[in-house]
Amino acid sequence: MRIGVITFPGSLDDRDAQRAVRLAGAEPVALWHGEHDLRGVDAIVLPGGFSYGDYLRCGAIASFSPIMAEVIDAANSGMPVLGICNGFQMLTEAHLLPGGLIRNELGSFICRDQKLRVENVNTAWTNQFEAGAEITIPLKNGEGGFIADAETIARLEGEGQVAFRYLEVNPNGSINDIAGISNARGNIVGLMPHPEHATEEGFGPDTAAAMRSGVDGLTFFTSAIHALISA
Amino acid sequence: MPTIVVEVMPKAELLDPQGKAVAGALTRLGKTRFSAVRIGKRFEVTVDGPVTDEVLAEVTELANDMFSNSVIEDVVSITVAPDVAPAPQPDLAVSVETTDAN
Repeated sequence: MRIGVITFPGSLDDRDAQRAVRLAGAEPVALWHGEHDLRGVDAIVLPGGFSYGDYLRCGAIASFSPIMAEVIDAANSGMPVLGICNGFQMLTEAHLLPGGLIRNELGSFICRDQKLRVENVNTAWTNQFEAGAEITIPLKNGEGGFIADAETIARLEGEGQVAFRYLEVNPNGSINDIAGISNARGNIVGLMPHPEHATEEGFGPDTAAAMRSGVDGLTFFTSAIHALISA
Repeated sequence: MPTIVVEVMPKAELLDPQGKAVAGALTRLGKTRFSAVRIGKRFEVTVDGPVTDEVLAEVTELANDMFSNSVIEDVVSITVAPDVAPAPQPDLAVSVETTDAN
């Protein structure tokens, strides 16, 4: 099972995403934004970071990258695609996911371990979670406020396309506490928090059991592997 | 060379945290007559050659598809910069503001 991680100019978390893929039991494949080549991967991760320095709009310039033509085709034909933070912003800019992300309500960059509820366990990236599972993974962004028009929000809520919701604290003013969404088919998922930073004990968020022992993010990647095996 | 100016603003119904922060600073400075500030973007696109209808149509397409994101922003104007539209007459060149620097 090969999962590609695309590196854009300004990507930060591409290596962490590759590591998460490896820890989940798949083979990470480094992909490059400037090529028209997905190297035969079975799934794709668009990692976090600050592609093109967040110029124009976060993720906007990256969404016009050469490789995005192949990503859009693959996503539309059902390949699992996960966008994390800047990757989520790219997915909305590429119109693979609805809505948009704007500057945090309070204007400041926020970095914290964030509690979330998994609202939809029928996606390629969440199928190994229990329905309604509460998880904690790091969040770090300046422009993570999810917005969409009322009709789109109603559709996302009605069709179960809200994949994750912030619990306890809404860190950025997102409508309905939305932290992440999926497309109708469930193969494309985007979220602002970072599952790839909670995949190895000693390097994750604190838990009640021990400091830095949180590995809730690993389930995103084992879910993708499960989705590919059962496809 | 001619320049086309595209102006983009965050949608009116959306919170504009940048504008809100500046408005807060105005209040703190005692500038109480200003109740709100909204911050947008201005793109100056320099064109090689004359601004034809075709060029304007292409810029309009770019304005809608790339310079702005219609989910969060509106294109509020697309104009040809007035100071570079007509070429200055040689005998008037001294008195007009348009210079070779354009």
